[in-house]
Amino acid sequence: MKTRFILRKAINALMLGLTGLCALVTVSVLFFILGYLLWNGGRALDWNFFTKLPSPPGETGGGMANAIAGSAKLILISVLVGLPVGFMAGVYVAEFSGKTMAFFVRYTTDLLNGVPSIVIGIFVYAIAVLPVKHFSVLAGGLALSLILIPVVVRTTEEFLRSVPGPLREGALALGARHWQAVATVIVPAAARGILTGAILGAARVAGETAPLLFTSFNNRYWSPGLGEPSASLPVMIFTYAIAPYDDWHRQAWAAGLVLLGLVLAANIATRWILSKGLSAQR
Amino acid sequence: MTLDSALLMNSTRGPDRGTQGMAAAGTPKMRVSRLGFWYGSTLALENISIDIPVNRITALIGPSGCGKSTFLRVLNRMYETVRHTSVEGEALLDNESIFSMDVTTLRRRVGMVFQKSNPFPKSIFDNVAYGLRIAGGMDGLQLREAVESSLRRAALWDEVKDKLHEPAYALSGGQQQRLCIARALAVNPEVLLLDEPSSALDPIATAKIEDLLFTLKQSCTVVLVTHNMQQAARVGDFTGFFLLGKLIEFDRTDIIFKRPAKRETEDYITGRFG
Repeated sequence: MKTRFILRKAINALMLGLTGLCALVTVSVLFFILGYLLWNGGRALDWNFFTKLPSPPGETGGGMANAIAGSAKLILISVLVGLPVGFMAGVYVAEFSGKTMAFFVRYTTDLLNGVPSIVIGIFVYAIAVLPVKHFSVLAGGLALSLILIPVVVRTTEEFLRSVPGPLREGALALGARHWQAVATVIVPAAARGILTGAILGAARVAGETAPLLFTSFNNRYWSPGLGEPSASLPVMIFTYAIAPYDDWHRQAWAAGLVLLGLVLAANIATRWILSKGLSAQR
Repeated sequence: MTLDSALLMNSTRGPDRGTQGMAAAGTPKMRVSRLGFWYGSTLALENISIDIPVNRITALIGPSGCGKSTFLRVLNRMYETVRHTSVEGEALLDNESIFSMDVTTLRRRVGMVFQKSNPFPKSIFDNVAYGLRIAGGMDGLQLREAVESSLRRAALWDEVKDKLHEPAYALSGGQQQRLCIARALAVNPEVLLLDEPSSALDPIATAKIEDLLFTLKQSCTVVLVTHNMQQAARVGDFTGFFLLGKLIEFDRTDIIFKRPAKRETEDYITGRFG
């Protein structure tokens, strides 16, 4: 009896310690990455990083202004294409499709979400780069939008479904047609959630590298318009990190820090938006 | 509880029912005959026939799950939002079948207030204006006048006139429910269906809503579902008793509570039910 009690206590302590340790590992990974980036990237991060073009190989200094602008352009294109498509598809699945169709779209969306991003890169390379025979920001943005669409579809659908039934009934009981209830009550009630999904999705595609390698490619200069290859932060990190120059390594760390900062900012923004929404509904 | 004590709850605020018999109630606003209703293969309403008198309050009572809310949802075809339902029989609104009517027209003519207040996440003004805006055809001034008169009819105007553009969620529970009534009244319904409108409210807010119903029946035909028998006795001109999907008895409220014809009705209103 006594030994079993001791054994049970020991196993309890062991398992508790193990689960706690794993939780600690998970949390510390983020802080380790963050600390390492801050340590290495922070030292290389200066004003020039945001304002100057990359300096020629062998020369120190310079920055990644063109990559920052390129990333901004890529994200903008992906959101302009991916948000409306994903949003409309989500509205269709949540509100207008039959059960079979909803299942089919949802399943396909999940599969699309699981397609390796490099495969999406090759696909867009085949349809948007090969025919015109040059890399372009547009192709890169398109590749990112294909990654963004399933994220937006699913968040739109989930937040629309979480709109309380009585709100929907309230609109219908006042003589609203289904589409009117969707457009004037249900979507506005879910808007904050959908917006946070879009922001998180955009933050995710901002860090995608593989689909850009053969779509928007890279560029050491400014890339005017949408038809030229362009630098972007993730591809610059890749290029600089495998280069043999110490100065480039430092700048790659700095670019990593900027990207991570972007993702963190997006996360904080969504939490803020959601909490504002909750307090408005009380 | 005895029959007499049940009667005592029939407060003096109740309307004079002495002269209003079924015949004196005039033409029925809604006529339901031989109505049956199924959720899938489950029979929820069986052979319901009832004439809902115009400009009167018809209270529907009965234990939970007896079909009274389902019946209410047939009257404005809200049941259509649920899949796999079927209905048989006839329901007329001013001698016109509600089943062949355009559903949005029907719902504008037959408004509904729900058990739990469900204001939209919009301002007070936008909530009341909602039905008018989707119907269209009103300019800003007409809209403001209609919103004010609806809020007055719902006895809410004085409490909200200075904060029309604040979110409706900032109101108290009782105010929110009156806002929902104002929202339903804004489109000028001929019939107002209320599904246990005060079951989530305290007695003071409940009293306000009941007072409101008395004035509303001058311009509206009211159908009130309640599981509170005292409420039915207080406000109902007529009372129908539902049990297991059937309308057991329907008559003047004083008759239902004083001399019910059916054994089941008597058992229920005296609390012997069970």
